Amino acid sequence: MRRTLRPYLLVVPALLLTCGILYPFGLGLYYTLFDFSAAKPQPDLVRWENYRAVFTQDAFWNSAWVTVLYAVGAAGAETVLGVSVALLLHRSSRVGRILEKILILPLMIAPVIAAIIWKLMLQPSVGVVNHLLEPFGLGGVQWTDTPTGALLSSIAVDVWVYTPFVAILALAGLRSLPASPFEAAAVDGAGWWYTFRRLTLPMLWPYVLVAVIFRFMDSLKVFDIIYALTEGGPGDSTVVLQIRAYLEAIRFQRYSFGISYTIVLWAVVYLAATVLVRHLGRIQRKAAEVSG
Amino acid sequence: MRKRLPGWLADAALILYFVFSLFPVAWMAILSLKPANQLFSTYFSFTPTLDAYRTVLGGSEGIPFVRFFGNSLVVSVGAVALSLVVGLPAAYASARWRFKGSEHLMFTLLSFRFAPELTVIIPLFVLYQKLGLFDTYTGMVWVLQLVTLPLVVWIMRSYFADLSPELEQAALLDGYSRTQAFFKVALPLVKPGIAAVSLLAFIFAWNNFVFPLILTSHEAQTVTVGALSFLGGDRPKYHLTAAAALVSVVPPLLLALTIQRYLVRGLSFGAVKS
Repeated sequence: MRRTLRPYLLVVPALLLTCGILYPFGLGLYYTLFDFSAAKPQPDLVRWENYRAVFTQDAFWNSAWVTVLYAVGAAGAETVLGVSVALLLHRSSRVGRILEKILILPLMIAPVIAAIIWKLMLQPSVGVVNHLLEPFGLGGVQWTDTPTGALLSSIAVDVWVYTPFVAILALAGLRSLPASPFEAAAVDGAGWWYTFRRLTLPMLWPYVLVAVIFRFMDSLKVFDIIYALTEGGPGDSTVVLQIRAYLEAIRFQRYSFGISYTIVLWAVVYLAATVLVRHLGRIQRKAAEVSG
Repeated sequence: MRKRLPGWLADAALILYFVFSLFPVAWMAILSLKPANQLFSTYFSFTPTLDAYRTVLGGSEGIPFVRFFGNSLVVSVGAVALSLVVGLPAAYASARWRFKGSEHLMFTLLSFRFAPELTVIIPLFVLYQKLGLFDTYTGMVWVLQLVTLPLVVWIMRSYFADLSPELEQAALLDGYSRTQAFFKVALPLVKPGIAAVSLLAFIFAWNNFVFPLILTSHEAQTVTVGALSFLGGDRPKYHLTAAAALVSVVPPLLLALTIQRYLVRGLSFGAVKS
């Protein structure tokens, strides 16, 4: 009896804590059925009205579109750049060995601080970026003051912070690949591109995919970087879903409506996670075939 | 392996990336050393001064930055400590025994990692106001579990799973109790893992922004929110912002350099081992 009970006793504290976090989530779900706001502390039941309002609002579809652009742009750029950096570091030249030690740096800086740094750098009056671009005739770029510029700048900050994340995981993957398929390919006289496309990439892909999943889902719920860099502006051009939820719930104090936004986002992230994790399983089996 | 990039070209590409990667931090350091009157007139040539640090750490702008720094320290250490106390037994149990509901608990914890923070924070914002937890250490330590607990449980589970159960069984045969076997055999063997996961969890808690932004106002506010507040107000205080930002990234950067070896497993929640 004691033997079967022991694991349960060990997880009880963690279970209680988990419930403590699930409770506000459940409470939030419940709130979305009412019209709870600072202006209306005694809310009425409105059932699905909040969700209907979310989906019929132009602002929601704008935010959803901006969020997708951001997530695809950031995760895509980080994957390409991160894997490239990992491949270059894997050659382990002297320069590479020194640089690898500081690869982690931007990743350990709080994203909000990273956004502050970049905001200062892109600032038109004291910013150094335009100053450095001036000799090339690109002086007065309005980085965060145009809709496209603001979105691209936010993505650039995300890329600056998180490329090391992809690079570190990809590098670990490269170092754990079995040597024998590569030796066989070298004996057969296979070229670099052929080896890369037929061996390195398929065997490395599971590692890269773990990184891509983390990055894609994290950038769907981006908040810190955009809050500090653009606050969603100019206009509505960088109002991603979590920023919209923040504005509705905290700034305008329409709690129920704001939470409805986060519930929709939560459902999207959950769905994306399920699809991607299933895909990861398939890829892992395939990679095992290539290396085996 | 023919037709590779020539070595120097690859090195040049690497250096280009690292300039992109390091320049912003260097530039921030430069900006923080600028005197206020040369802020707009020059870029690289100026008389360096520590005035900005004096102002930021002296709190003379009405922003008690040193206290925010202390707050960050308290809530991050508190969050990691609570996560370890609660998370280690759970990680051990789920690595050693297959029992009903264990996978559900594990995946619920993992889903916290990917849940949009505001889904939990907005209801907590309302709840904390009622319970008197708004702007308190307790409130912050509690909510930071959303970040630190999944990390501790998932990574430590992978460490415990790598440990051969035979060692503990040998200890049991020697007359140890299960509890003794856990504390005297299993725990010391995963000590490097515990150290690494604690530091990583500390860094993530320290770097968090959205929790203190919404759930604190002045008493329990942390450095991330504090650094941003230098950008507010009527007159831009760019050199002060840079100094505050630099001070707030020192602890995570120093800690990160000490756990390089464990980062791969840590960052991937145990999914990738090196």
